[in-house]
Amino acid sequence: MTLRMAPQAKDPQLLQGSEAIADAMIAAGCRFFSGYPMTPFTEVLEVMARKLPEVGGVCMNAESELEAIGMAWGAAATGTPSATGSTGQGLSLMQESLSEITLARLPLVVLNMGRAQGDYYQATRGGGHGDYRHLVLSPADAAEAIDLIGLAFDLTERWRNPVVVLGDYYLAHTARSVTIPAMKTRETPEWALDGSSGGTRHAKLISPLGTAKQRDDVGYDIAVHYADCVAATNEMIANVEPLAEVESTDDAEIIVLAFGTPGAYVRAAVRQLRSDGLAVGFIRPITLFPFPSDLVARATQGVKSVAVYENNQGQMLDDVRLAVLGNAPVHFIGGLSLDSSGFGIAPDLEVSVLVDRIREVAAR
Amino acid sequence: MSTYLPTDNPPDEPSRLVDDFVPTLIDVGAHHLCPGCGEPIAMRCVMEAIDERELTARSVAVFGIGCYTAFSNNLDIEVLQALHGRAPSLATGVKRSKPSTIVVTIQGDGDMVSEGLQEVLHAAARGENITCIMLNNGVFGETGGHMTATTVLGQRTKTSLEGRDAALHGRPILLSSLLAQIDGTAFVARGAVNSAGNVARTKKLLLRALTAQEQNAGFSFVEILTMCPTGWFIETEEAPDYLNDNLAAVHEPGVLKDVLGQ
Repeated sequence: MTLRMAPQAKDPQLLQGSEAIADAMIAAGCRFFSGYPMTPFTEVLEVMARKLPEVGGVCMNAESELEAIGMAWGAAATGTPSATGSTGQGLSLMQESLSEITLARLPLVVLNMGRAQGDYYQATRGGGHGDYRHLVLSPADAAEAIDLIGLAFDLTERWRNPVVVLGDYYLAHTARSVTIPAMKTRETPEWALDGSSGGTRHAKLISPLGTAKQRDDVGYDIAVHYADCVAATNEMIANVEPLAEVESTDDAEIIVLAFGTPGAYVRAAVRQLRSDGLAVGFIRPITLFPFPSDLVARATQGVKSVAVYENNQGQMLDDVRLAVLGNAPVHFIGGLSLDSSGFGIAPDLEVSVLVDRIREVAAR
Repeated sequence: MSTYLPTDNPPDEPSRLVDDFVPTLIDVGAHHLCPGCGEPIAMRCVMEAIDERELTARSVAVFGIGCYTAFSNNLDIEVLQALHGRAPSLATGVKRSKPSTIVVTIQGDGDMVSEGLQEVLHAAARGENITCIMLNNGVFGETGGHMTATTVLGQRTKTSLEGRDAALHGRPILLSSLLAQIDGTAFVARGAVNSAGNVARTKKLLLRALTAQEQNAGFSFVEILTMCPTGWFIETEEAPDYLNDNLAAVHEPGVLKDVLGQ
């Protein structure tokens, strides 16, 4: 495959988040993308449709989310760095395939440009059947999204396991000055299908049912495959480093957590309270799975209380409580986005509102 | 009517062994499918066609879910196992990423017409350069004989006990007839494996479909009517005639569309 785009980092550009994500995917080596339009994922698909063919890639405007994930599954099986995505609603439709792709041990990057933050459970627990886990990365802005897209393609290639990048409406539609990294080329993995192993008596097979046969050599031995998948998943979880942004936690009496775009607002509120003399610290998990539990456990040792802001009913709250493990009371200071657009443009995502809520927790 | 061989005490030698061999490009000759099933014959036709066209080292078969899935880890060509109904989109991803491959899907009527109708229709409309093969026995064989979207009127299944009734269950979809009307299709044909003559004809249809794909002519489609005595609740030896009198009377074998030059 010849790349016509110059393989060096570009100058800073003012880009909408969606375009930055698309450019970052192409720079990370993505050469197949499929999707079905849905706000706020639509612009990523638009940009990929325009730019991916320029570098010899393929972008498919699929007829449904079911076909979008199917096409990406097929492309991934050929060893082509592939991605698909949608909003949480569209990802609901893709869950059956996501389960099976994971059991087939295929790499795939999956974007969830969510509406508000109600898809934390869907992303970190998975909405599909069976025992599987996905790595989940959550950027707070376009610049970080570019880095995490590169990381997502590295991780999915290394672990042969889908990686979810969980974004939101603000990330997709906010323009920032960003730098797209240099173009990366990726080797075709040895397991990839291209037909050439046919007739060798060892033709390749990629199947969620595995490659192990029953004792009489007929039919799948699913038990062997499922045990292998569990071992691979455990190895992945043990070796992927949890990431988080941590600020002023050393002497903090209150620690506030948030993820994604709202994290930037909560960070601003924490900084304002610090300058007012309140001993408050901030943690923003960047890998939502694996969750930075050890880091949160250490930082919350001996604190007076912990607060969690999310633009939902309280989902990451569970992971925070599991990490804190009773060391301190954990208060929820977020809430549902009830704006009429339905896109999660939270009316409470306002630094002064967040400052007041953190003060209320401090006063308890 | 029938003579039975005791399954708890089978004879040492098959009663009428004509030949004993492992078909082309199939790893293990044994299978776990029922006696009298048409799917192994259809699979053998597909593999022989790929071998005869010398496409073995560039083919990828994408399997749906059904009894025939037993063959997805028993072939000497590359295989990608899909979900129920979803093989055409996976095949699209393979073909678009690696245009040099020859991509065939192996699906049943429940898989392709009941669960995944939209997939095959869109792949055909896109003129996707893949070959979709439907093994049509008019019944969900793997679950034990339930009604599919191709079950013919009057056919008894576990979910149409008195026979499929148009007023109650609707009418069967004749997929080949539907696909032949779509502009993106280059070759559409329906064969059967209930007689030696029909097996030979079906193989010719498969060769023609592979030729269409080699020529990048567009979407090619072969429907193969297969016997399912278990799911039809009849004796094994009655199945070929039952296929002829019931399934083939509605889903009529023949070439429905061929835009290739001679």
